[in-house]
Amino acid sequence: MSALPLKTHGMLAEFGTPADIFEAAMRCRDAGFSKWDVHTPFPIHGMDEAMGLRKSPVGWFTFCGGFTGFFTGMTMIWYMNGFDYPLVVGGKPLFTPLYAFPVSYELTILLSAFGTLFGMFFLNRLPKFYNPLFKNLRFRKATDDRYFIVIESADPKFSVEATRAFLTDSCHATAVELVED
Amino acid sequence: MVSSSAFQSSHNPTSKSAVGSQSAPALKVADSPRELEREPLVLNNRSIGWITNAIAGVCENPMPIWWWPAFILSFGGMMTMFSLIAYLVSTGVGVWGLNQPAAWAWDITNFVFWIGIGHAGTLISAVLFLLRQKWRTSVNRAAEAMTIFAVACAGIFPVVHTGRVWFALLPGFLIPAPNANEIWPQFRSPLLWDVFAVSTYGTVSLLFWYVGLIPDLATLRDRAKGFMRRFFYGLFSLGWTGSNRHWSNYEKAYLLLAGLSTPLVLSVHSIVSFDFAVSVVPGWHTTIFPPYFVAGAIFSGFGMVLTLLIPLRSLFKLHDIITLRHVELMCKVLLATGSIVGYAYGMEFFIAWYGGSPYELYAFKNRAFGPYWWSYWAMISCNVISPHFFWFKKLRVSVVFVWIVSIFVNIGMWFERFVIIVTSLHRDYLPSSWGYFTPTWVDVMTFAGSFGLFMTLFLLFIRFLPVIAISEVKGVTPQADPHHPLGGAKGHH
Repeated sequence: MSALPLKTHGMLAEFGTPADIFEAAMRCRDAGFSKWDVHTPFPIHGMDEAMGLRKSPVGWFTFCGGFTGFFTGMTMIWYMNGFDYPLVVGGKPLFTPLYAFPVSYELTILLSAFGTLFGMFFLNRLPKFYNPLFKNLRFRKATDDRYFIVIESADPKFSVEATRAFLTDSCHATAVELVED
Repeated sequence: MVSSSAFQSSHNPTSKSAVGSQSAPALKVADSPRELEREPLVLNNRSIGWITNAIAGVCENPMPIWWWPAFILSFGGMMTMFSLIAYLVSTGVGVWGLNQPAAWAWDITNFVFWIGIGHAGTLISAVLFLLRQKWRTSVNRAAEAMTIFAVACAGIFPVVHTGRVWFALLPGFLIPAPNANEIWPQFRSPLLWDVFAVSTYGTVSLLFWYVGLIPDLATLRDRAKGFMRRFFYGLFSLGWTGSNRHWSNYEKAYLLLAGLSTPLVLSVHSIVSFDFAVSVVPGWHTTIFPPYFVAGAIFSGFGMVLTLLIPLRSLFKLHDIITLRHVELMCKVLLATGSIVGYAYGMEFFIAWYGGSPYELYAFKNRAFGPYWWSYWAMISCNVISPHFFWFKKLRVSVVFVWIVSIFVNIGMWFERFVIIVTSLHRDYLPSSWGYFTPTWVDVMTFAGSFGLFMTLFLLFIRFLPVIAISEVKGVTPQADPHHPLGGAKGHH
């Protein structure tokens, strides 16, 4: 294995404070990188704008889930109590949306929640159990108290020397290293 | 107009200087803008790394010695409950003290008691999140765990109170599928609404809790020493790397889940109250029930949160994260919801008189002065009197006192449900069908055992999961703010 030429995943840069990585992220965005990411132990306020990310589309999954839930509830109750086995109870109409509402309401929320969760997983491509970054010991601090930028070698603007220089000199990273793939 | 411009001019300096620290170097401000004088959420200016160590340390270090007796006792309680359920299922509901007319008693009391306790967790995690109450971060994880465990305890009672539990679990009764006669469940019944409300509540609470746990499980994975820990934390953290592209979707999902949980938590106890309010039993058939039940649920839940968290913060020395301010704020919630509950008790009585129905009026007189007078006055003294101590700051920050009051709140709220259920049922319209309910030892031990289940789950939670939301607490410290000097922002002046 070690005889093979080193395949790189990208360049990892470490930062000590949220302010440092915030400025570095703006520089990376302005430098025009496309395959890069910021890794932080908690979401940093304003980082989406600093990275130039679009608004998260999770809400659409929520909406689809909720829409499905509500109409599943209404249709199910109409079918069961109003159509398939109509049973007159207290002379009331066989189906009205009123008595079907509480259950449909709960199903709206239930399927919205599932839509939100699985929509978020889908957009984030999770679960993803293999990640080259996990082999890097320094990166383990990304869930503790360090802040990282990773510029992938798949990025068209990536070059080992220039990117390293960019991260060190322009972004003021405290440490920069290559990550194996 | 004049007043609004005066308002603006008096407020502009603060808002401008808040922006000024990052973008307007020309502004002559001597010091970085002072925030409103508020106690910090994490005391003693702890670093981000300290927060990780303090919280992750709880479940990484061996459990303190008290944990084992506590666990064995709880586990024994849990096994007692399951044994007694086996006894009940094999013998029949007659092993409880149920009779006609009191066909619901401790079972449904326990159900409403436990489900109500859950509500504080969702209120803290969802409603306070939407209201931008940052202090929630220190308590939301444990409160949400409490919610899930309480819903687990609650779910047991309505299932086993059917006696022949297979009827509750098999298709056609609770599950929407045709029964043996090809008749579907009847969706006009509030009991069926309840099934959907409680199961949705349990599921969504679990999802919300899990979403919150993912970044913290990744923290534990990255710190894990042994293979088992690395494997399981790795498995459940799903490969989380703290990527901001992930955080972006994650935060949106979290916000949406909070938005979904808020109408959910309000609907669940409303629907639980429909179990009673939709019937025509005097004492149950009242429109005040939904808001009164929701307020009571939040009241009881905060009682339980305080009962659990006050010892937890002392035993694990988390005083810097769960501060006196947190305790004080929760006492204020107790005061507010407890006052609503007290008002509801009064209003119920007033409407019973004002409504002019002799049966309704009798039901209420019977509550206060009938054979169950002791339960009514236990409820009144625990729920109406005890929250009003918290008008005084000195008492709100005295943790021992708060803890004792929280126990009284728990007791009082159990009695509230007992009063509503049993005193209404035991004497309704016809004196010839009046009765009296007395619990048997099986009733008592099953309820006591449900605390065993609750505490077993909670102790396991302490043992294996971060008791405080690590990433969320970090996120509300000034050290996490890229525009704050403690977050590394360079002063422009």
